[in-house]
Amino acid sequence: MLTMKHINKTFYLNSPDRRTILKNFSLSLKEGEFISVIGSNGAGKSTLFNLIAGSILPDSGKITLDNKDITFLSEHKRAVWIGRIFQDPSKGTAPNLTVEENLAIAYMRSKKSHLLKGITKKDKAFLRERISCLGMGLENRMNTKIGLLSGGQRQAVTLTMATLVKPKLLLLDEHTAALDPVTAEKITELTQSIVSSEHITTMMITHNLTTAIKTGSRLLMMDEGKIAVDIKGEEHSKLTVSNLLERFSQNTKKNLNSDRMLLQYD
Amino acid sequence: MSFIAFLGAIELGLVYTLPAFGIFISFRILNIPDLTADGSFVLGAAVSAVLTAAGHPVAGLAAGITAGAAAGLITAILQTKCGIAPILSGILTMTGLYTINLLVMGGRANMPLLNNETVFTLSAALFGDIFYKLELLLFIVTLIFVLYYLFFKTQLGLSIRATGDNEDMVRASSIDTDSTKMVAFAISNATIALSGALVAQMQQSADINMGAGLIVIGLASLIIGDAIIKNKTITRGLLSVIAGAVLYRLLIALILTTNLAPSYLKLISALVVAIAIATPTMKKKFELKKLQKKEASLC
Ligand SMILES: Nc1ncnc2c1ncn2[C@@H]1O[C@H](COP(=O)(O)OP(=O)(O)O)[C@@H](O)[C@H]1O
Ligand SMILES: [Mg+2]
Repeated sequence: MLTMKHINKTFYLNSPDRRTILKNFSLSLKEGEFISVIGSNGAGKSTLFNLIAGSILPDSGKITLDNKDITFLSEHKRAVWIGRIFQDPSKGTAPNLTVEENLAIAYMRSKKSHLLKGITKKDKAFLRERISCLGMGLENRMNTKIGLLSGGQRQAVTLTMATLVKPKLLLLDEHTAALDPVTAEKITELTQSIVSSEHITTMMITHNLTTAIKTGSRLLMMDEGKIAVDIKGEEHSKLTVSNLLERFSQNTKKNLNSDRMLLQYD
Repeated sequence: MSFIAFLGAIELGLVYTLPAFGIFISFRILNIPDLTADGSFVLGAAVSAVLTAAGHPVAGLAAGITAGAAAGLITAILQTKCGIAPILSGILTMTGLYTINLLVMGGRANMPLLNNETVFTLSAALFGDIFYKLELLLFIVTLIFVLYYLFFKTQLGLSIRATGDNEDMVRASSIDTDSTKMVAFAISNATIALSGALVAQMQQSADINMGAGLIVIGLASLIIGDAIIKNKTITRGLLSVIAGAVLYRLLIALILTTNLAPSYLKLISALVVAIAIATPTMKKKFELKKLQKKEASLC
């Protein structure tokens, strides 16, 4: 469904500070796959997501989504099909708007034509029902400004917003990293339950090796803008931390335990 | 203060509520300072004066609104499509408008409207009392208030509010923030130009310099409004703007009852705005100093 072919991305292209992040990068996703993406800081994971979502454009290469060329399509146009959540809970919501208003804006992805219509009673009931699925009692706080909610609550609302209208692809960029462990666990569970019940093709960046191995159907390990390890299918279901580290060392001739990797596992 | 002066102040407060509404959209809702206002106000006045002189005062208001919307659109395009910083975009449009406004008024810096039919003479004929200006202005301000109220509840209005709050989130919802900004700037400057159009007919003249300081006056109204009504919602925000604009004019009228020359008014307005905006920061600094002194005296 998503393919990236021969993508190159260099920042500060025409200056002495030029930094090549992705070099001849190719990747292909199947419908319904849940991919965990892991890799050291600066490996280019967020850059990869930025390219897919259209926040930045590649220097060369081609990106297609369901056979449609989206390489140079503007960010907001792709957003119809691509849902995205960031690490920072304040990034996904408008703090001075209420929970209901935030949801209503996300809901507009489904019906573009009624720009001069307000939120109808039916919409309100639908949004309320969807938010009650989170099991956090937020359906009773629909008229609260979202900036007053906790980071975990906001991230949960963002998750609902990103999946309110089913996206073709969901991009999660360390979306639990800023939360306390208990809340992070809760959001991870919610993510899994929504993604599996709606069959959403998902890519999730995480810093936690255990989470990466436990979650999803495929694991990508990135290093210096390249895919160092790509594990799926049968092999994925038998994956352990130690044989992942082994695979990484084999492929990159590097030792993953060096502390610049900054990966955690428990 | 005489009754006539009081009435005049209320009338001015109402007619200058409209530019404050416009500034509320740019400065408060979008969080983008728009300096087009000084120019689009005069544009509205110039267009309105020309049509009023030709015998079409109502068309003058409509044309003023349209011209103002176009001016706002240009500023928004400079910002979004041409990548010019918001403040500079506004300054460029405002500067360009100076020439346009002169051209509209046939190359003159001032255009008197003596003995012409205006929307106010129409109102006087309709109501037949001394409150005809107040009544017409109340009607218009209420109408704009209701239109704003309804508009900001629509999906487009909601998107504009969210654009000022978190652009990334709006784009993530597949809404083009360039478009929401264009609509918002057009509405903002249309409202400001409507005020200019009304003022020209009310004072029976349009003048190339009548927009000078408009933004400061608008901001002063917003700040005074904030002090009276905590504006947590759009509705309360707009109500506070009306209260602020009227109170500002009453304060000015009070100051004028002393023997202060009217030329001091702009300086006073600028000081009021500067002090009001600086106060929270100053307070913090002052408290920090006090704390530091206390710590120092402890050891
Ligand atoms: N917009 C940008 N401009 C310049 N450099 C960038 C930009 N975005 C990312 N980079 C650089 O690209 C490298 C990869 O960053 P990123 O993709 O965020 O890594 P990761 O998410 O894997 O930690 C980093 O060195 C970062 O400094
Ligand atoms: Mg990152």
